[in-house]
Amino acid sequence: MELLTPGTGLIIWQAIIFIALFFLLSKLAWKPIVASLKEREESIQSALDAAEKAKIEMASLKSDNEKLLKEAREERDKILREAREAANRFHDEARAAAKKNADRIIEDAKAVIHTEKAASLRDVKAQVAMFSLNIAEKLIKKNLSDDKAQKELTDAFIKDLKLN
Amino acid sequence: MPPKSVNQWQIHAHNFPKTFFSETLIDSFAVQLKALVFFAMKKPFLTVKTAIFALLALLSFSAIQPAFASESDTTKAEGFDANKVIIHDVLDDHIWHFWDGHYGTLYLPVIVHSAERGLEVFSSHNFYDEHHNAVEYNGYKLEHSHITLNGQPVLDLSITKNVAMLLINATLLLVILLSVARAYKKNAGKAPKGIQSFFEPIIVFVRDEVVKPNIGHHYEKYLPYLLTLFFFILFGNLLGLLPGAGNLTGNIAVTLTLAVFTFLITNFSGNASYWGHIFWTPGVPLPLRPIILLVEVIGIFTKPISLTVRLFVAITAGHIVLLSLISLAFIFQSVAVGAVSSLIVLFISLIELLVAGIQAYVFTLFTALYIGMATKEHDHH
Repeated sequence: MELLTPGTGLIIWQAIIFIALFFLLSKLAWKPIVASLKEREESIQSALDAAEKAKIEMASLKSDNEKLLKEAREERDKILREAREAANRFHDEARAAAKKNADRIIEDAKAVIHTEKAASLRDVKAQVAMFSLNIAEKLIKKNLSDDKAQKELTDAFIKDLKLN
Repeated sequence: MPPKSVNQWQIHAHNFPKTFFSETLIDSFAVQLKALVFFAMKKPFLTVKTAIFALLALLSFSAIQPAFASESDTTKAEGFDANKVIIHDVLDDHIWHFWDGHYGTLYLPVIVHSAERGLEVFSSHNFYDEHHNAVEYNGYKLEHSHITLNGQPVLDLSITKNVAMLLINATLLLVILLSVARAYKKNAGKAPKGIQSFFEPIIVFVRDEVVKPNIGHHYEKYLPYLLTLFFFILFGNLLGLLPGAGNLTGNIAVTLTLAVFTFLITNFSGNASYWGHIFWTPGVPLPLRPIILLVEVIGIFTKPISLTVRLFVAITAGHIVLLSLISLAFIFQSVAVGAVSSLIVLFISLIELLVAGIQAYVFTLFTALYIGMATKEHDHH
Protein backbone atom coordinates (compact mmCIF):
# COMPACT_ATOMS: atom_id res chain seq x y z
CA MET A 1 0.00 0.00 0.00
CA GLU A 2 2.93 2.28 0.72
CA LEU A 3 3.72 2.51 -2.97
CA LEU A 4 0.39 4.23 -3.60
CA THR A 5 0.34 6.62 -0.64
CA PRO A 6 2.09 9.89 -1.37
CA GLY A 7 4.38 11.02 1.48
CA THR A 8 3.55 14.47 2.83
CA GLY A 9 7.20 15.48 3.24
CA LEU A 10 8.10 14.56 -0.31
CA ILE A 11 5.08 16.48 -1.66
CA ILE A 12 6.20 19.59 0.24
CA TRP A 13 9.82 19.26 -0.92
CA GLN A 14 8.76 18.52 -4.48
CA ALA A 15 6.47 21.56 -4.55
CA ILE A 16 9.10 23.90 -3.09
CA ILE A 17 11.96 22.65 -5.25
CA PHE A 18 9.92 22.48 -8.42
CA ILE A 19 8.55 26.01 -7.98
CA ALA A 20 12.06 27.31 -7.22
CA LEU A 21 13.43 25.42 -10.21
CA PHE A 22 10.65 26.79 -12.39
CA PHE A 23 11.36 30.40 -11.43
CA LEU A 24 15.14 30.03 -11.70
CA LEU A 25 15.00 28.25 -15.05
CA SER A 26 12.33 30.60 -16.42
CA LYS A 27 14.36 33.65 -15.61
CA LEU A 28 17.90 32.39 -16.17
CA ALA A 29 17.51 29.70 -18.82
CA TRP A 30 14.25 29.66 -20.77
CA LYS A 31 13.96 33.42 -21.20
CA PRO A 32 17.38 33.90 -22.90
CA ILE A 33 17.18 30.57 -24.75
CA VAL A 34 13.69 31.10 -26.15
CA ALA A 35 14.48 34.74 -26.97
CA SER A 36 17.70 33.82 -28.81
CA LEU A 37 15.95 31.03 -30.69
CA LYS A 38 13.21 33.40 -31.74
CA GLU A 39 15.71 36.09 -32.66
CA ARG A 40 17.74 33.65 -34.74
CA GLU A 41 14.64 32.31 -36.46
CA GLU A 42 13.53 35.84 -37.24
CA SER A 43 16.96 36.78 -38.60
CA ILE A 44 16.98 33.65 -40.77
CA GLN A 45 13.46 34.43 -41.94
CA SER A 46 14.33 38.05 -42.73
CA ALA A 47 17.47 36.92 -44.60
CA LEU A 48 15.36 34.50 -46.63
CA ASP A 49 12.77 37.20 -47.26
CA ALA A 50 15.48 39.63 -48.37
CA ALA A 51 16.92 37.00 -50.72
CA GLU A 52 13.46 36.36 -52.14
CA LYS A 53 12.91 40.08 -52.58
CA ALA A 54 16.29 40.47 -54.30
CA LYS A 55 15.39 37.59 -56.59
CA ILE A 56 12.12 39.26 -57.54
CA GLU A 57 13.93 42.56 -58.09
CA MET A 58 16.49 40.86 -60.26
CA ALA A 59 13.74 39.26 -62.29
CA SER A 60 11.97 42.58 -62.75
CA LEU A 61 15.28 44.21 -63.66
CA LYS A 62 15.93 41.47 -66.17
CA SER A 63 12.49 41.87 -67.69
CA ASP A 64 13.05 45.63 -67.84
CA ASN A 65 16.33 45.05 -69.62
CA GLU A 66 14.68 42.68 -72.02
CA LYS A 67 11.97 45.21 -72.69
CA LEU A 68 14.56 47.93 -73.36
CA LEU A 69 16.49 45.59 -75.60
CA LYS A 70 13.36 44.69 -77.50
CA GLU A 71 12.49 48.36 -77.94
CA ALA A 72 16.01 49.13 -79.10
CA ARG A 73 15.84 46.28 -81.56
CA GLU A 74 12.54 47.55 -82.90
CA GLU A 75 13.96 51.07 -83.15
CA ARG A 76 16.95 49.76 -85.05
CA ASP A 77 14.73 47.81 -87.44
CA LYS A 78 12.59 50.89 -88.01
CA ILE A 79 15.62 53.07 -88.72
CA LEU A 80 17.06 50.49 -91.07
CA ARG A 81 13.77 50.12 -92.88
CA GLU A 82 13.43 53.87 -93.25
CA ALA A 83 17.03 54.21 -94.40
CA ARG A 84 16.50 51.48 -96.95
CA GLU A 85 13.37 53.17 -98.20
CA ALA A 86 15.14 56.53 -98.37
CA ALA A 87 18.03 54.99 -100.24
CA ASN A 88 15.68 53.35 -102.69
CA ARG A 89 13.81 56.58 -103.17
CA PHE A 90 17.06 58.49 -103.76
CA HIS A 91 18.20 55.82 -106.12
CA ASP A 92 14.99 55.94 -108.12
CA GLU A 93 14.97 59.72 -108.17
CA ALA A 94 18.59 59.82 -109.27
CA ARG A 95 17.88 57.32 -111.99
CA ALA A 96 14.89 59.28 -113.19
CA ALA A 97 16.90 62.51 -113.18
CA ALA A 98 19.77 60.88 -115.01
CA LYS A 99 17.42 59.47 -117.58
CA LYS A 100 15.79 62.81 -118.04
CA ASN A 101 19.20 64.44 -118.45
CA ALA A 102 20.35 61.85 -120.91
CA ASP A 103 17.12 62.24 -122.86
CA ARG A 104 17.55 65.96 -122.93
CA ILE A 105 21.18 65.60 -124.09
CA ILE A 106 20.09 63.18 -126.78
CA GLU A 107 17.34 65.57 -127.86
CA ASP A 108 19.77 68.43 -127.90
CA ALA A 109 22.29 66.38 -129.85
CA LYS A 110 19.59 65.36 -132.28
CA ALA A 111 18.58 69.00 -132.72
CA VAL A 112 22.20 70.01 -133.22
CA ILE A 113 22.74 67.16 -135.66
CA HIS A 114 19.59 68.18 -137.50
CA THR A 115 20.62 71.86 -137.80
CA GLU A 116 24.19 70.84 -138.65
CA LYS A 117 22.86 68.50 -141.27
CA ALA A 118 20.61 71.20 -142.70
CA ALA A 119 23.52 73.65 -142.74
CA SER A 120 25.76 71.05 -144.38
CA LEU A 121 23.12 70.38 -147.02
CA ARG A 122 22.77 74.03 -147.59
CA ASP A 123 26.57 74.28 -148.02
CA VAL A 124 26.63 71.26 -150.27
CA LYS A 125 23.82 72.71 -152.40
CA ALA A 126 25.71 75.96 -152.70
CA GLN A 127 28.91 74.07 -153.55
CA VAL A 128 27.06 71.94 -156.07
CA ALA A 129 25.56 75.02 -157.56
CA MET A 130 29.07 76.53 -157.70
CA PHE A 131 30.42 73.34 -159.21
CA SER A 132 27.57 73.25 -161.74
CA LEU A 133 28.19 76.86 -162.65
CA ASN A 134 31.90 76.10 -162.96
CA ILE A 135 31.21 73.04 -165.11
CA ALA A 136 28.69 74.92 -167.12
CA GLU A 137 31.17 77.77 -167.57
CA LYS A 138 33.86 75.33 -168.67
CA LEU A 139 31.47 73.56 -171.04
CA ILE A 140 30.27 76.76 -172.47
CA LYS A 141 33.82 77.95 -172.91
CA LYS A 142 35.14 74.73 -174.37
CA ASN A 143 32.47 73.12 -176.55
CA LEU A 144 29.23 74.52 -177.59
CA SER A 145 29.13 72.89 -180.97
CA ASP A 146 26.83 70.05 -180.39
CA ASP A 147 23.57 71.46 -179.05
CA LYS A 148 22.00 68.12 -178.53
CA ALA A 149 24.86 66.72 -176.49
CA GLN A 150 24.97 69.92 -174.50
CA LYS A 151 21.34 69.76 -173.72
CA GLU A 152 21.59 66.16 -172.55
CA LEU A 153 24.46 66.95 -170.31
CA THR A 154 22.67 69.88 -168.73
CA ASP A 155 19.59 67.75 -168.09
CA ALA A 156 21.67 65.05 -166.48
CA PHE A 157 23.20 67.61 -164.12
CA ILE A 158 19.88 69.02 -163.21
CA LYS A 159 18.48 65.55 -162.58
CA ASP A 160 21.29 64.69 -160.30
CA LEU A 161 20.76 67.93 -158.42
CA LYS A 162 17.10 67.17 -157.89
CA LEU A 163 17.88 63.73 -156.57
CA ASN A 164 19.92 65.27 -153.87
CA MET B 1 -6.65 13.96 -0.11
CA PRO B 2 -5.76 15.80 3.12
CA PRO B 3 -2.51 14.84 4.85
CA LYS B 4 -4.34 13.47 7.90
CA SER B 5 -6.06 10.74 5.94
CA VAL B 6 -2.73 9.90 4.30
CA ASN B 7 -1.29 9.17 7.68
CA GLN B 8 -4.33 7.14 8.61
CA TRP B 9 -3.79 5.03 5.55
CA GLN B 10 -0.19 4.52 6.42
CA ILE B 11 -1.01 3.57 9.98
CA HIS B 12 -3.62 1.24 8.67
CA ALA B 13 -0.96 -0.43 6.54
CA HIS B 14 1.31 -0.78 9.56
CA ASN B 15 -1.34 -2.58 11.53
CA PHE B 16 -0.86 -5.56 9.28
CA PRO B 17 2.88 -6.16 9.24
CA LYS B 18 2.48 -9.88 8.55
CA THR B 19 0.49 -9.37 5.39
CA PHE B 20 2.61 -6.40 4.30
CA PHE B 21 4.82 -8.26 1.86
CA SER B 22 2.09 -10.18 0.16
CA GLU B 23 0.08 -6.97 -0.04
CA THR B 24 2.88 -5.08 -1.74
CA LEU B 25 3.39 -8.01 -4.06
CA ILE B 26 -0.22 -7.81 -5.12
CA ASP B 27 0.23 -4.06 -5.44
CA SER B 28 3.11 -4.45 -7.83
CA PHE B 29 0.98 -6.81 -9.87
CA ALA B 30 -1.90 -4.36 -9.78
CA VAL B 31 0.47 -1.61 -10.86
CA GLN B 32 1.34 -3.58 -13.97
CA LEU B 33 -2.33 -4.07 -14.78
CA LYS B 34 -2.98 -0.38 -14.24
CA ALA B 35 -0.09 0.46 -16.50
CA LEU B 36 -1.67 -1.69 -19.17
CA VAL B 37 -5.10 -0.14 -18.71
CA PHE B 38 -3.82 3.44 -18.63
CA PHE B 39 -1.59 3.02 -21.62
CA ALA B 40 -4.29 1.33 -23.59
CA MET B 41 -6.67 4.15 -22.74
CA LYS B 42 -4.39 7.06 -23.41
CA LYS B 43 -1.79 6.11 -25.97
CA PRO B 44 -2.81 3.42 -28.43
CA PHE B 45 0.61 3.39 -30.09
CA LEU B 46 2.24 2.38 -26.83
CA THR B 47 0.16 -0.73 -26.37
CA VAL B 48 2.73 -3.11 -27.88
CA LYS B 49 5.36 -1.89 -25.44
CA THR B 50 2.85 -2.04 -22.60
CA ALA B 51 1.90 -5.55 -23.59
CA ILE B 52 5.56 -6.59 -23.39
CA PHE B 53 5.81 -4.89 -20.02
CA ALA B 54 2.71 -6.54 -18.69
CA LEU B 55 3.84 -9.92 -19.97
CA LEU B 56 7.25 -9.60 -18.38
CA ALA B 57 5.68 -8.33 -15.19
CA LEU B 58 3.37 -11.32 -15.11
CA LEU B 59 6.30 -13.64 -15.79
CA SER B 60 8.34 -12.04 -13.05
CA PHE B 61 5.36 -12.16 -10.76
CA SER B 62 4.77 -15.83 -11.35
CA ALA B 63 8.51 -16.48 -11.13
CA ILE B 64 8.76 -14.87 -7.73
CA GLN B 65 5.47 -16.28 -6.55
CA PRO B 66 6.75 -19.79 -5.75
CA ALA B 67 9.59 -18.27 -3.78
CA PHE B 68 7.10 -16.42 -1.64
CA ALA B 69 4.65 -19.22 -1.36
CA SER B 70 6.98 -20.78 1.13
CA GLU B 71 8.26 -17.45 2.35
CA SER B 72 8.70 -18.44 5.96
CA ASP B 73 11.14 -21.27 5.38
CA THR B 74 12.86 -20.95 1.97
CA THR B 75 13.56 -17.32 0.95
CA LYS B 76 14.40 -16.15 4.41
CA ALA B 77 16.57 -19.14 5.05
CA GLU B 78 18.51 -18.34 1.89
CA GLY B 79 18.92 -14.77 3.11
CA PHE B 80 17.34 -13.21 0.03
CA ASP B 81 13.88 -11.72 -0.04
CA ALA B 82 13.24 -10.52 -3.60
CA ASN B 83 9.99 -8.82 -2.74
CA LYS B 84 11.56 -6.86 0.08
CA VAL B 85 14.54 -5.87 -2.07
CA ILE B 86 12.39 -4.72 -4.97
CA ILE B 87 9.83 -2.81 -2.91
CA HIS B 88 12.58 -1.32 -0.81
CA ASP B 89 14.32 -0.09 -3.94
CA VAL B 90 11.30 1.58 -5.52
CA LEU B 91 10.14 3.17 -2.27
CA ASP B 92 11.44 6.28 -0.57
CA ASP B 93 13.70 5.82 2.47
CA HIS B 94 15.38 7.81 5.22
CA ILE B 95 18.74 6.20 4.46
CA TRP B 96 20.45 5.79 1.10
CA HIS B 97 21.60 2.23 0.91
CA PHE B 98 24.20 1.50 -1.78
CA TRP B 99 25.69 -1.78 -0.65
CA ASP B 100 25.86 -3.92 2.49
CA GLY B 101 28.66 -3.19 4.89
CA HIS B 102 29.95 -0.46 7.07
CA TYR B 103 30.35 2.33 4.46
CA GLY B 104 27.63 1.26 2.05
CA THR B 105 24.87 3.36 3.56
CA LEU B 106 24.42 7.13 3.49
CA TYR B 107 22.50 8.29 6.57
CA LEU B 108 20.38 11.22 5.47
CA PRO B 109 19.21 14.00 7.80
CA VAL B 110 15.85 13.66 9.48
CA ILE B 111 13.73 16.80 9.86
CA VAL B 112 10.54 16.35 11.85
CA HIS B 113 7.96 18.72 13.19
CA SER B 114 5.43 17.92 15.88
CA ALA B 115 3.16 20.02 18.06
CA GLU B 116 4.78 18.45 21.11
CA ARG B 117 8.48 19.02 20.30
CA GLY B 118 8.51 21.59 17.50
CA LEU B 119 11.08 21.28 14.71
CA GLU B 120 13.89 18.81 15.24
CA VAL B 121 16.81 17.85 12.97
CA PHE B 122 19.06 14.80 13.51
CA SER B 123 20.79 12.08 11.51
CA SER B 124 18.87 9.00 10.50
CA HIS B 125 21.86 7.05 11.83
CA ASN B 126 20.25 7.47 15.25
CA PHE B 127 17.55 5.02 14.24
CA TYR B 128 20.09 2.21 13.79
CA ASP B 129 22.50 0.55 16.18
CA GLU B 130 25.92 -0.92 15.23
CA HIS B 131 24.27 -4.05 13.82
CA HIS B 132 21.86 -2.07 11.66
CA ASN B 133 18.92 -2.95 13.84
CA ALA B 134 16.12 -0.43 14.16
CA VAL B 135 16.11 1.41 17.47
CA GLU B 136 14.07 4.24 18.92
CA TYR B 137 15.67 7.63 19.25
CA ASN B 138 14.52 10.22 21.76
CA GLY B 139 10.96 8.95 21.60
CA TYR B 140 10.96 8.93 17.77
CA LYS B 141 10.45 5.62 16.05
CA LEU B 142 11.18 4.84 12.38
CA GLU B 143 9.00 2.06 11.11
CA HIS B 144 8.50 1.23 7.43
CA SER B 145 9.83 4.67 6.47
CA HIS B 146 7.37 6.45 8.78
CA ILE B 147 8.46 8.35 11.83
CA THR B 148 6.21 8.45 14.86
CA LEU B 149 6.68 10.24 18.16
CA ASN B 150 5.41 8.12 21.04
CA GLY B 151 3.00 6.46 18.64
CA GLN B 152 1.71 9.76 17.22
CA PRO B 153 2.37 10.70 13.57
CA VAL B 154 4.66 13.70 12.98
CA LEU B 155 5.20 16.00 10.00
CA ASP B 156 8.21 14.41 8.33
CA LEU B 157 10.24 16.89 6.26
CA SER B 158 13.36 14.70 6.19
CA ILE B 159 15.85 14.79 3.35
CA THR B 160 14.87 11.30 2.25
CA LYS B 161 16.45 9.41 -0.64
CA ASN B 162 13.94 10.93 -3.05
CA VAL B 163 14.38 14.45 -1.67
CA ALA B 164 18.12 14.01 -2.16
CA MET B 165 17.45 12.80 -5.71
CA LEU B 166 15.17 15.78 -6.18
CA LEU B 167 17.96 18.14 -5.11
CA ILE B 168 20.48 16.36 -7.35
CA ASN B 169 18.02 16.52 -10.25
CA ALA B 170 17.32 20.23 -9.70
CA THR B 171 21.03 21.05 -9.34
CA LEU B 172 21.90 19.11 -12.47
CA LEU B 173 19.12 20.85 -14.41
CA LEU B 174 20.25 24.25 -13.21
CA VAL B 175 23.93 23.62 -13.99
CA ILE B 176 23.29 22.17 -17.44
CA LEU B 177 20.52 24.50 -18.57
CA LEU B 178 22.24 27.62 -17.27
CA SER B 179 25.37 26.67 -19.20
CA VAL B 180 23.17 26.20 -22.27
CA ALA B 181 21.68 29.65 -21.66
CA ARG B 182 25.19 31.08 -21.29
CA ALA B 183 26.16 29.54 -24.61
CA TYR B 184 23.24 31.38 -26.21
CA LYS B 185 24.47 34.67 -24.82
CA LYS B 186 28.06 33.94 -25.85
CA ASN B 187 27.22 32.67 -29.33
CA ALA B 188 24.57 35.30 -30.00
CA GLY B 189 23.88 35.45 -33.71
CA LYS B 190 26.11 32.43 -34.39
CA ALA B 191 25.44 28.76 -35.06
CA PRO B 192 24.95 26.67 -31.88
CA LYS B 193 27.82 24.51 -30.68
CA GLY B 194 28.73 22.08 -27.92
CA ILE B 195 26.12 21.37 -25.25
CA GLN B 196 23.95 24.05 -26.83
CA SER B 197 23.53 22.03 -30.02
CA PHE B 198 22.58 18.97 -27.98
CA PHE B 199 19.77 20.70 -26.09
CA GLU B 200 18.55 23.03 -28.81
CA PRO B 201 16.74 20.34 -30.85
CA ILE B 202 15.03 19.06 -27.67
CA ILE B 203 13.92 22.55 -26.67
CA VAL B 204 12.75 23.29 -30.22
CA PHE B 205 10.96 19.92 -30.33
CA VAL B 206 9.07 20.67 -27.11
CA ARG B 207 8.22 24.15 -28.36
CA ASP B 208 7.22 23.27 -31.92
CA GLU B 209 5.81 19.75 -31.60
CA VAL B 210 4.33 19.74 -28.11
CA VAL B 211 3.48 23.26 -26.97
CA LYS B 212 2.69 25.25 -30.14
CA PRO B 213 0.26 22.82 -31.81
CA ASN B 214 -1.67 22.18 -28.60
CA ILE B 215 -1.86 25.63 -27.05
CA GLY B 216 -1.85 27.89 -30.10
CA HIS B 217 -0.65 31.43 -30.63
CA HIS B 218 -0.45 32.40 -26.92
CA TYR B 219 1.83 29.45 -26.16
CA GLU B 220 4.76 31.57 -24.98
CA LYS B 221 3.15 32.23 -21.61
CA TYR B 222 3.13 28.51 -20.80
CA LEU B 223 6.40 27.53 -22.49
CA PRO B 224 8.69 28.00 -19.42
CA TYR B 225 6.47 25.75 -17.28
CA LEU B 226 6.21 23.06 -19.94
CA LEU B 227 9.95 23.11 -20.66
CA THR B 228 10.75 22.88 -16.94
CA LEU B 229 8.26 20.03 -16.60
CA PHE B 230 9.68 18.16 -19.58
CA PHE B 231 13.32 18.43 -18.52
CA PHE B 232 12.51 17.73 -14.86
CA ILE B 233 10.74 14.49 -15.76
CA LEU B 234 13.29 13.51 -18.42
CA PHE B 235 16.25 14.03 -16.10
CA GLY B 236 14.40 12.40 -13.21
CA ASN B 237 13.57 9.35 -15.33
CA LEU B 238 17.14 9.02 -16.60
CA LEU B 239 18.72 9.56 -13.18
CA GLY B 240 16.35 6.95 -11.75
CA LEU B 241 17.83 4.37 -14.13
CA LEU B 242 21.31 4.80 -12.66
CA PRO B 243 22.40 2.03 -10.30
CA GLY B 244 21.72 2.92 -6.69
CA ALA B 245 19.61 5.92 -7.63
CA GLY B 246 16.30 6.70 -6.00
CA ASN B 247 13.05 6.18 -7.87
CA LEU B 248 12.14 9.89 -8.07
CA THR B 249 9.68 10.13 -10.95
CA GLY B 250 8.30 6.73 -10.02
CA ASN B 251 7.16 8.11 -6.69
CA ILE B 252 3.48 8.97 -6.55
CA ALA B 253 4.12 12.05 -4.35
CA VAL B 254 6.32 13.55 -7.06
CA THR B 255 3.98 12.78 -9.95
CA LEU B 256 0.99 13.92 -7.91
CA THR B 257 2.63 17.28 -7.17
CA LEU B 258 3.47 17.81 -10.84
CA ALA B 259 -0.07 16.84 -11.86
CA VAL B 260 -1.51 19.26 -9.28
CA PHE B 261 0.58 22.08 -10.79
CA THR B 262 -0.80 21.22 -14.20
CA PHE B 263 -4.30 21.04 -12.71
CA LEU B 264 -3.94 24.49 -11.12
CA ILE B 265 -2.46 26.10 -14.23
CA THR B 266 -5.13 24.53 -16.46
CA ASN B 267 -8.05 25.63 -14.34
CA PHE B 268 -6.71 29.07 -13.49
CA SER B 269 -6.11 29.82 -17.16
CA GLY B 270 -9.50 28.36 -18.16
CA ASN B 271 -11.51 30.95 -20.08
CA ALA B 272 -15.26 31.53 -20.14
CA SER B 273 -15.69 29.12 -23.00
CA TYR B 274 -13.89 26.35 -21.04
CA TRP B 275 -16.09 26.77 -17.98
CA GLY B 276 -19.12 27.25 -20.19
CA HIS B 277 -18.45 23.88 -21.81
CA ILE B 278 -18.15 22.27 -18.39
CA PHE B 279 -21.16 23.77 -16.62
CA TRP B 280 -23.59 24.31 -19.47
CA THR B 281 -22.34 22.36 -22.45
CA PRO B 282 -23.65 23.96 -25.63
CA GLY B 283 -25.16 21.84 -28.36
CA VAL B 284 -26.43 19.19 -25.93
CA PRO B 285 -30.18 18.61 -25.35
CA LEU B 286 -31.34 20.31 -22.16
CA PRO B 287 -32.27 17.17 -20.18
CA LEU B 288 -28.80 15.74 -20.79
CA ARG B 289 -26.97 18.82 -19.59
CA PRO B 290 -26.93 17.96 -15.84
CA ILE B 291 -25.51 14.52 -16.70
CA ILE B 292 -22.87 16.09 -18.92
CA LEU B 293 -22.13 18.54 -16.12
CA LEU B 294 -21.39 15.64 -13.78
CA VAL B 295 -19.18 13.96 -16.37
CA GLU B 296 -17.32 17.21 -17.09
CA VAL B 297 -16.73 17.93 -13.40
CA ILE B 298 -15.37 14.42 -12.91
CA GLY B 299 -13.28 15.03 -16.03
CA ILE B 300 -11.56 18.03 -14.41
CA PHE B 301 -10.20 15.69 -11.75
CA THR B 302 -9.52 12.58 -13.84
CA LYS B 303 -7.01 14.58 -15.91
CA PRO B 304 -4.49 15.14 -13.07
CA ILE B 305 -5.16 11.66 -11.70
CA SER B 306 -4.34 10.08 -15.04
CA LEU B 307 -1.17 12.21 -15.26
CA THR B 308 -0.16 11.16 -11.72
CA VAL B 309 -0.74 7.48 -12.24
CA ARG B 310 0.63 7.23 -15.78
CA LEU B 311 4.10 8.54 -14.96
CA PHE B 312 4.27 6.80 -11.58
CA VAL B 313 3.19 3.47 -13.03
CA ALA B 314 5.39 3.61 -16.11
CA ILE B 315 8.56 4.33 -14.16
CA THR B 316 7.84 2.13 -11.13
CA ALA B 317 6.72 -0.76 -13.31
CA GLY B 318 9.94 -0.52 -15.28
CA HIS B 319 11.99 -0.62 -12.09
CA ILE B 320 10.03 -3.57 -10.76
CA VAL B 321 10.48 -5.49 -14.01
CA LEU B 322 14.25 -4.83 -14.02
CA LEU B 323 14.67 -5.77 -10.37
CA SER B 324 12.48 -8.86 -10.71
CA LEU B 325 14.62 -10.10 -13.59
CA ILE B 326 17.80 -9.44 -11.64
CA SER B 327 16.30 -11.19 -8.60
CA LEU B 328 15.75 -14.37 -10.65
CA ALA B 329 19.46 -15.08 -10.50
CA PHE B 330 19.44 -14.90 -6.70
CA ILE B 331 16.23 -16.85 -6.28
CA PHE B 332 17.37 -19.73 -8.48
CA GLN B 333 21.02 -19.28 -7.40
CA SER B 334 22.03 -20.23 -10.90
CA VAL B 335 24.65 -18.67 -13.18
CA ALA B 336 22.71 -19.72 -16.27
CA VAL B 337 19.54 -17.98 -15.10
CA GLY B 338 21.68 -14.97 -14.19
CA ALA B 339 23.20 -14.81 -17.67
CA VAL B 340 19.82 -15.06 -19.40
CA SER B 341 18.14 -12.58 -17.08
CA SER B 342 21.06 -10.16 -17.51
CA LEU B 343 20.52 -10.22 -21.25
CA ILE B 344 16.82 -9.52 -20.78
CA VAL B 345 17.70 -6.79 -18.25
CA LEU B 346 19.94 -5.17 -20.86
CA PHE B 347 17.11 -5.24 -23.37
CA ILE B 348 14.56 -3.89 -20.87
CA SER B 349 17.03 -1.19 -19.81
CA LEU B 350 17.17 0.03 -23.40
CA ILE B 351 13.38 0.12 -23.45
CA GLU B 352 13.51 2.01 -20.14
CA LEU B 353 15.69 4.67 -21.77
CA LEU B 354 13.02 5.01 -24.43
CA VAL B 355 10.29 5.09 -21.77
CA ALA B 356 12.18 7.83 -19.91
CA GLY B 357 11.88 10.06 -22.98
CA ILE B 358 8.36 8.97 -23.90
CA GLN B 359 6.97 9.56 -20.41
CA ALA B 360 8.52 13.03 -20.21
CA TYR B 361 7.02 13.73 -23.65
CA VAL B 362 3.61 12.30 -22.76
CA PHE B 363 3.32 14.21 -19.46
CA THR B 364 4.27 17.46 -21.20
CA LEU B 365 2.04 16.70 -24.18
CA PHE B 366 -1.03 16.09 -22.01
CA THR B 367 -0.30 19.17 -19.89
CA ALA B 368 -0.08 21.25 -23.08
CA LEU B 369 -3.25 19.60 -24.37
CA TYR B 370 -5.19 20.37 -21.17
CA ILE B 371 -3.97 23.98 -21.13
CA GLY B 372 -4.82 24.26 -24.82
CA MET B 373 -8.33 22.91 -24.18
CA ALA B 374 -8.85 25.37 -21.32
CA THR B 375 -7.64 28.42 -23.25
CA LYS B 376 -8.99 27.67 -26.73
CA GLU B 377 -11.24 30.34 -28.21
CA HIS B 378 -14.45 28.75 -29.47
CA ASP B 379 -15.83 30.71 -32.34
CA HIS B 380 -18.81 28.43 -32.95
CA HIS B 381 -22.19 28.10 -31.10
